[in-house]
Amino acid sequence: MHELAICQSLLSKIAHIAAPYSGREVTEIVVAIGPLSGVEPQLLERAFSVARCGTIASQAMLIFEAVPVVVRCRGCKSETAVASNALLCGTCGTWQVELASGDEMVLKRVELADVAETAAE
Amino acid sequence: MCQECGCSVSQNNVHIHHANGSMSVRPANSTSVDVLHGILSQNDHVAAHNSAHFHRYGVLAVNLMSSPGSGKTSLLEATIDVLRGKHRIAVIEGDLETENDAERIRAKGIPAVQITTGQTCHLDAQMVHDALHMLDLRVIDILFIENVGNLVCPAAFDLGQQANVALLAVTEGDDKPAKYPVMFRAADLVLLSKSDLLDVMGDFSPAKAEKHLRNLANPAAVLQVSARQAKTLAPWITWIEEQCAAARSAMASRSESEHVHLHHPVG
Repeated sequence: MHELAICQSLLSKIAHIAAPYSGREVTEIVVAIGPLSGVEPQLLERAFSVARCGTIASQAMLIFEAVPVVVRCRGCKSETAVASNALLCGTCGTWQVELASGDEMVLKRVELADVAETAAE
Repeated sequence: MCQECGCSVSQNNVHIHHANGSMSVRPANSTSVDVLHGILSQNDHVAAHNSAHFHRYGVLAVNLMSSPGSGKTSLLEATIDVLRGKHRIAVIEGDLETENDAERIRAKGIPAVQITTGQTCHLDAQMVHDALHMLDLRVIDILFIENVGNLVCPAAFDLGQQANVALLAVTEGDDKPAKYPVMFRAADLVLLSKSDLLDVMGDFSPAKAEKHLRNLANPAAVLQVSARQAKTLAPWITWIEEQCAAARSAMASRSESEHVHLHHPVG
């Protein structure tokens, strides 16, 4: 359960990004969390619902962008989507591959809105 | 997962997400900031700082990870017995509670700093950084960082180490690499510990464990070790000494380039 620590890291980043926009609050946070990042999106979401309290993102929604696990073959150069524990080339079957995507843990976008406007909704 | 665009927005929020069939409904007076920052960039920043310290003093830092009870501390004790006198060793111990492991290492006459993490299930770069303040890196060749016994969380946090070593005891399942791909994908070396029990643990297959590791596209060596049989440690000791020599030569080439820099100031 290291998701709370990751939330705190995420929220300190958000506070930094939101600092120049006074009078606005964070409404939406878009993250990309790969299956090989070591983070479980459901746990992160649950931890976020607690960690966001009292921060500029106290009303914010956390949105997860899907990240496929994709390997690039060193031999035949093909790129294939695979399971997290079977990083084998989908074309020739070798394990001599590199990860093209799947281990990301990235903050992609932050949406901010006027506090008054959010309250009126 | 949402069927329309593939995102994994939760069921609770799906009404907002698809109000107009678009990714999201943005209020008229809203601002969108694109960032693309690593969420753990603060940890990575501190890890890079730790790494710079290790390089400066030519210290080999090894992050030892495994599930609880795989024999990390016993392996360290046995390793210290072999390396003592040839290399100057220090240990950082991570546990939720107690100084027990650090005391076992200190009993060998080796400096050990215990980090008690409380309810935190992993070490992070800042904890290691704070522990480094209690060690004199100038008089250390090899720093072993024994992470909290856990095959999940420690894998997500870079500590600034040169190498990750994962232990898999032969009393565990040989499919652990398939069950915990994040941890075993990150391993630079896998040690099958308690190998003296292989004969009595008939269902653990080292070949299968290695196959599961290769299925993670990981070329790391797999060695069998037993803390109770000093002769089994030889390949592991060789590996450490190679890494140690690499750390020292990296420091030597670094100080050489600094020397050149000193004598050829810009402008």
